[in-house]
Amino acid sequence: MLVTIAGRPVHVNEEGFLTDAGEWDEAVAAALAADIGLTLSDEHLAVIRFVRRDFAERGTSPTLRRVSSVGGFEIKRLFVLFPKKPAKKMSYVAGVPKPIGCV
Amino acid sequence: MKHLLVLGAGSAGTMTVNALRPRLAQDEWRITLVDRDDEHHYQPGYLFIPFGHYRRDDVVKPRGRFVPEGVELVLDEIDRIDPQACTVSLGSGAVLAYDELVIATGTAPRPDQTPGMLGPEWRRSVHEFYTLEGALALAEALRTFEGGRFVAHLCEMPIKCPVAPLELLFLADAHFRERGMRDAVELVYVTPLDGAFTTPLAAERLAGMLEQRGIALESDFVVEHVDDDAKALVSYDERRVAFDLLVSVPVNMGADFVARSGLGDELQHVSVDPHTMRSHQHANVFALGDANDLPISKAGSATHYSVEVFADNFLDHVQGRPMRSAFDGHVNCFVETGGGKAVLLDFDYQTPPQPGRYPLPGIGPFTLLEETATNHAGKLMFKWLYWHVLLKGRALPLPKARRGNAPREVIP
Repeated sequence: MLVTIAGRPVHVNEEGFLTDAGEWDEAVAAALAADIGLTLSDEHLAVIRFVRRDFAERGTSPTLRRVSSVGGFEIKRLFVLFPKKPAKKMSYVAGVPKPIGCV
Repeated sequence: MKHLLVLGAGSAGTMTVNALRPRLAQDEWRITLVDRDDEHHYQPGYLFIPFGHYRRDDVVKPRGRFVPEGVELVLDEIDRIDPQACTVSLGSGAVLAYDELVIATGTAPRPDQTPGMLGPEWRRSVHEFYTLEGALALAEALRTFEGGRFVAHLCEMPIKCPVAPLELLFLADAHFRERGMRDAVELVYVTPLDGAFTTPLAAERLAGMLEQRGIALESDFVVEHVDDDAKALVSYDERRVAFDLLVSVPVNMGADFVARSGLGDELQHVSVDPHTMRSHQHANVFALGDANDLPISKAGSATHYSVEVFADNFLDHVQGRPMRSAFDGHVNCFVETGGGKAVLLDFDYQTPPQPGRYPLPGIGPFTLLEETATNHAGKLMFKWLYWHVLLKGRALPLPKARRGNAPREVIP
């Protein structure tokens, strides 16, 4: 589905997650963040950059554990930055797919 | 003489040697299987131990019984793999050189990864049921449980058999009803997921089954520690769930030697190609079963289907041909729901669990995503199939489910 975010056309799925990570930039991130009630700080952006880098390298969105153990961000802090559902919110703002729940 | 070395003689390792030994010439290939002990556990059977349906003898048999002629079973600890030198060092100091390596050492519950879990309440009011010892201790705790808050808890995905915590609750509900004490027990499911299960339709159905039974669902709960004194789970965002009896599914991690050998991800699972189960790092290293990082359930059925693909591919691989088969992530699992019924789920990388019929001459059809007594019979039949058919590498007489309009291929 094609929508307009931060003044440009962007493809999203039914839950609003970007389907092409290449259409992301920081202006899109700010708009996505605002949509879920977040104002992005440098600290948010540092996490988001890790999520995007890890996704680019591995082709899957990182789990909370991975953002913590590989990215070096404390889980407790991630819950403050992205309240209640950090794994989902980080991916949403970073423009990468919702993490696979590993059924 | 070439050497195929298989680490781990559980489901995946045993199925692998049984599938490959008849297909690799005895005078060309030596096959060695290594495990630390001689006990093969039927892990799906642990679920039935707390409620007294199964005993130790139902789930433990000697490994050697399932190892074919022409495969050497070595009982030793595994210390380290050196993938550059193509050697594996064992606990005794022995070093085994290999041409091809299969890592099949599974994944294991690690209660030590959650602060407070291994406190004084461990195996008293804090339990797990993913080891034989844990399941037996829980059976004892249930026998003397007089009521209160029974909390089933999932620490983190991925875990072996993701539906097992739900099955535990369904069986607990039935168990307390039978004992005439259901009113004295509050049943709660605490999960880091945003619902009862990961995929939407199955999550909705399973959430409905929890609700029908009066089981409360506490979702998006990522545990930080167990407060042993207050008997409560505490999350990173400072929510608390009190319990009288906690049955947690600890963080699952691959074997420590996988990490020591530089082959593991953050949970010590071996990162592999999802269609060939071959290591991304080393062309002669494969990881099968729960030891790998496939984006699908860690389940015996996934192991079975993926080992079949691996065995076909292995013959191509050792003859220098491209591997022609691709694993599609097929998994099916019976979800025990108590009262002699079960639900059957069937899915793969592309297709989440859906309702439908699942044909099986003689017993079936099973009904997908619905509770039926036939599904329960299928679940119980599985123990027999496991010991007598699956481990020995014989084809599972369960076809793939039909989904949507496209008839699915039937496993020959």
